[in-house]
Amino acid sequence: MSNIILEAKKITKFFHDPLTVQVLKEISFSINRSEFVSVIGKSGCGKSTLLYILSTMDTDYEGELYIDGVAMRNRKEAELAKVRNEKIGFVFQFHYLLNEFSVLKNVMLPGLKLGKYSDKEVEHRAMEKLKILGIDNEALKNPNQLSGGQKQRVAIARALINDPLIIMGDEPTGNLDKKNSEIVFNIFQELASAYHQSLLIVTHDNEFAAKTKRIIEMEDGNIIRM
Amino acid sequence: MNLKLIADVSKSLLLARWKQTLVAAIGVTFGITMFITLLSFMSGLNDMLDGLILNRTPHIRLYNEIQASEQQPVDLYPAYKNHHNFVRSLKPKDELLQIHNSAPIIEALKKDSRVLGVAPKITAQVFYNVGSIDLTGVINGIDVEEENRLYFFSTYVTSGNYIDLKNTPNSIVLGKGAAEKMMAAIGDVIQVTTSKGERFQLKVVGYFQSGISDIDKVQSYANLNTTQKLLGESTGYITDIQVKLYDILQAPKMAKELHNKFNIEAIDIQTANSQFETGSSVRTLISYAVGVTLLIVAGFGIYNILNMMIYEKMDSIAILKATGFSGNDVNKIFITIALSIGIFGGALGLLFGFGLSALIDQIPFNTASLPTVKTYPINYNPRFYMIGGVFSLVTTYMAGYFPSRKASKIDPVVIIRGK
Repeated sequence: MSNIILEAKKITKFFHDPLTVQVLKEISFSINRSEFVSVIGKSGCGKSTLLYILSTMDTDYEGELYIDGVAMRNRKEAELAKVRNEKIGFVFQFHYLLNEFSVLKNVMLPGLKLGKYSDKEVEHRAMEKLKILGIDNEALKNPNQLSGGQKQRVAIARALINDPLIIMGDEPTGNLDKKNSEIVFNIFQELASAYHQSLLIVTHDNEFAAKTKRIIEMEDGNIIRM
Repeated sequence: MNLKLIADVSKSLLLARWKQTLVAAIGVTFGITMFITLLSFMSGLNDMLDGLILNRTPHIRLYNEIQASEQQPVDLYPAYKNHHNFVRSLKPKDELLQIHNSAPIIEALKKDSRVLGVAPKITAQVFYNVGSIDLTGVINGIDVEEENRLYFFSTYVTSGNYIDLKNTPNSIVLGKGAAEKMMAAIGDVIQVTTSKGERFQLKVVGYFQSGISDIDKVQSYANLNTTQKLLGESTGYITDIQVKLYDILQAPKMAKELHNKFNIEAIDIQTANSQFETGSSVRTLISYAVGVTLLIVAGFGIYNILNMMIYEKMDSIAILKATGFSGNDVNKIFITIALSIGIFGGALGLLFGFGLSALIDQIPFNTASLPTVKTYPINYNPRFYMIGGVFSLVTTYMAGYFPSRKASKIDPVVIIRGK
C-alpha cells in the first residue's frame, strides 16, 4: 500500500473574471499518510484556491489530482461528493454548523450521509468524537448556544466523523482568539500524533505553521518551499 | 438511498421556518378548498338544473305526427311515377295519434341492449270542469311504476302517494296549479270532459309539482288504463313511447335508426334540449378555470417562500455539499420540502373542501319552482377530490422545481470563500 494519500501533478488554475489571471502555476506535490502539513503564504498567493481544488469542490483546473491513488479529474459531481463525504474532512474559518440541528446531529450528518453504519452507531461514534474534543457535554445543545471556540471544535468533530483520509482546513483558527487557537492547534497536533490523522491546513498564522511537521510556502501561484 | 436522511433534513428546514411554511400550506389549502367547494357546488347546481329537464325527458321519444303522407297516390301510380307532380290543398290523412303495433315495438325496444327502460304514455286533451267553467288541461296516461323507475315520478308528487295512482281505479294526480284553481283537495272527486264530449269523474290522489308552474297549471297524471277508458280506446292505445338509454350520447344515432325501423317519428333529447348541454359545459369550464387559477396563485406563494429559504440557507447548502451531499441530494431536499407543503396543504384543503361543501349542503334553499330541493345542491363527486389532490401535488412540484434546481447548482466554493 502506497504511503501517498494525496498527489497533485502540475495543477494550473486561471481566474477569468474580470481579467484572465493565472493563480496557480503547475503545482506538484504529495502528502503522505499521517503527515501534518501547513500551507502558508501571503494573501492572494493562491493557497486557498489550491485547497479548494485539492478538496474536489473546485473542478475548474488543469493538471492531475489523485486522492488515495484515484484520479479526480472528469469525475461526475455526485462521485466527487462521495469522495468528499468518505475521504475528506473539512474545517473552515467559519464553523458552518446548521442551527436547525443539535450539535450531535450536526456531527452525525456526514456519517448518516455515508450510510456505512446504522444510525445508532453513527450517534455513538459522534459522541466519541465529541469526547475526544472535550465537548461531549454540549452534545444536545443548539450550535448557537456555544462559544466560537466550541463551535469550531464541533466543526472538527464533524470533519472526523467518517474517519477521513485527510482533514483539510482553511484558516481554521482565523476567527478565534489566541487561547482558542491554541486549543484548536493542540487538537490537530493530538489527532496527528495519537490518531495518525493526516492534516492539510492553510493558514497565514506563521506561528501556527512553525509548529507543524511540514510547511509548504507559496508565493504568486508557485511553491517556494516544501 | 438516504431517503430517511433527506426527509430528516427537509423536516428540520421546514420546521425551522414553520411560520412561512404554514403560510405556504395555507395558500394551497385555500386553493384546494375553494376548488373542491366551487366544483361541488357548481356541478350540484348543474345537475339540478339539468335534472329539471333532462331527468324527465325521454332520451328518445317515439310518436306519430299529424302530417300529410310523404307519398301521395299520384306518386305511386306507375304512369306518373317519373313525373314531377303538384298536389295542392293537401290535408293530413285521417290517422290517429296512436302508435300502431305499440306492443311489439315496446317488446323489441326492451330487448335492445342499449335501452335502460321503456315507458309507454298517452296524451289526452281534456277540460277540467270547475262549476260552469271549463279549464283546458292535458292528462298524461302513464305506466306508474316504469315512469317512476325511469323518470323519478315520485319526486314530483309533493302530496299524496304516487303509487295510489296505480292502485286506485279512476284516480288522478293533479298539477299543483290546476288543483289550486279547482280547489280540489286530496280525496276529492273532480270531473273532466274529454275532447269527444264525454264526462268522466276522477278521484284526486295527489298533487304534482314539476318546478315549471305553467306546466303545473295544465298537466295531470292518470294511469294508462284510466286514460284509455277516458278516451274510449282499447288497451293497445298508446301515443308516445319514451325510451331511456344507458348512454345518453347514443340517442341521436338511435333515434334515426328507430325512425327508419318502425316508421314513426323519433326525436332525441339532444335535438330537443340542445341549450342545456351548452349551459352546463360552460359553467363547468368556468369553475375549473377559477379553481386552477387559485392553485396557481398558491403555487407562486410556494415558489417565493422556497426561493427565500434557499437564499437564507446558502451556508447550510454549501456545507452540506462540502461534507458530501451531492447536488441531487440537495435538489431532493428542496423538492421534498415543496411536496410536503403540497401534501399537507392539499390534504387539509380536500378535508376543508368537503367540510365547506357539506356546510353549503345544509343551507336552506327554498324555491317555489323546485319543490324537491330543500338545501343548496352539492355534487360530492370523488373525481373533484382526485383532480384537486393531483393538482395540488403537481403545482407544488412545479413551484419547487426551479428553486430546488437553483439550490442544487449552488457552488460551495463561492459561498465558503466569500466569508
